[in-house]
Amino acid sequence: MTKITSLADLRRIKSDVEAKMSLRERSETPESMVQIRVAMATCGIASGAKIVMEYMIDELEKRNIPAIVTQTGCMGYCYAEPTVEITRPGHGPIVFGFVDSKKADQIIEKYIKNGELLDGIIPVNYENIEGK
Amino acid sequence: MKDLALHILDILQNSVTAGATLIELKIKEDPSMDVYSVKFTDNGKGMDAATVQKVTDPFFTTRTTRKVGLGLPLLKQNAEQSGGRLTIHSKPGNGTEVEAIFGYSHIDRIPTGDVAGIMALTVSSYPSIEFIYTHNTPEDTFIFDTREIKETLEDVPISNPQVIAFMKDMIRENLEAIKAS
Repeated sequence: MTKITSLADLRRIKSDVEAKMSLRERSETPESMVQIRVAMATCGIASGAKIVMEYMIDELEKRNIPAIVTQTGCMGYCYAEPTVEITRPGHGPIVFGFVDSKKADQIIEKYIKNGELLDGIIPVNYENIEGK
Repeated sequence: MKDLALHILDILQNSVTAGATLIELKIKEDPSMDVYSVKFTDNGKGMDAATVQKVTDPFFTTRTTRKVGLGLPLLKQNAEQSGGRLTIHSKPGNGTEVEAIFGYSHIDRIPTGDVAGIMALTVSSYPSIEFIYTHNTPEDTFIFDTREIKETLEDVPISNPQVIAFMKDMIRENLEAIKAS
C-alpha cells in the first residue's frame, strides 16, 4: 500500500515554506501584496469560480508573485460571473467579469504585473464589497 | 451545480456569513441503508423558525445585492431528485444544522466532485474559522481538522499555496484510502 500524506509531511512543508518566507513574505505586510478576491456565492460557483480560484493560486505561485487569494460573496453581478476583484498595492479595487482561466492569465500578465487595463472591467464605484 | 463538492463550497459560505467560528461537515456513506448523507453544523448566529421556513424558497435571501437565493433550494432539489430530502434545524444564537440526504444507489445522485479541492480552498480563505470534516464509509472514517493543521504549521499561514496543495493531496489520498465514492 502506498503511503498516505499525513501531518508528518506537513512539518516538512512547513520548514520548506519558512525558509522561503524569510526571503520574501516576512518583509511584506498584507497591504504590500496584490489582493485577489474571487466571488464565490451560488452564482459564482455555478459559473466556474472554483477553477478560476485554483488557477490563480497555482499560477501566482509559479510566476512568483506574492498575492493573497481569497473568497468573497456575491456582488450582484451574477450575469458576469465568475467575477474577480483585484487590488494592487496603492490602487483601488477593480472588478473583472466573465473570468475563465484564459482571462485570468491575461489579468495576471497585464494588470497584476504591469498595471495595464484590459477588457472586461465592470465599471463600479464602491469602496469595497463588504462596504456595499 | 454540477457536483456535490460545489454545493458544499456554497453551503459552507452560509455558515461563514452567519459568523460561525467552528464549522463541521460530516459525510456518511451507508450503501446498506441506501443513504449518502451530508451534514453541516455550525455555531453561527442561527435563524428563527420563520426564517428556516423561508430559506428553501428561491426568492428568499438575506443579501441586499440581489433578490434570489439559490444555494439551499438547489441543494434541496438535488437531494430530492435522488429520493432524499433536506432538513434544517436552527435556533437564534444556537447555530444551524443542515442535512442533505441522497439516495446512495439512485441514478440521479449527483457526482461527488472535488471535495478535497473545495475544502482546501475554503479553509485557506477563512484562517480564523476552524473546520472539521469527517468522512465515514463502510471501510473507515477520515477526519480533517484545521486545528491540527494550524498547530503543526505554527506561524506559517494556512493560506500559503504550498500548504493549500498539501491539504488538497492529503484529503484526496485519505478519501481514496477509505474508498469514498
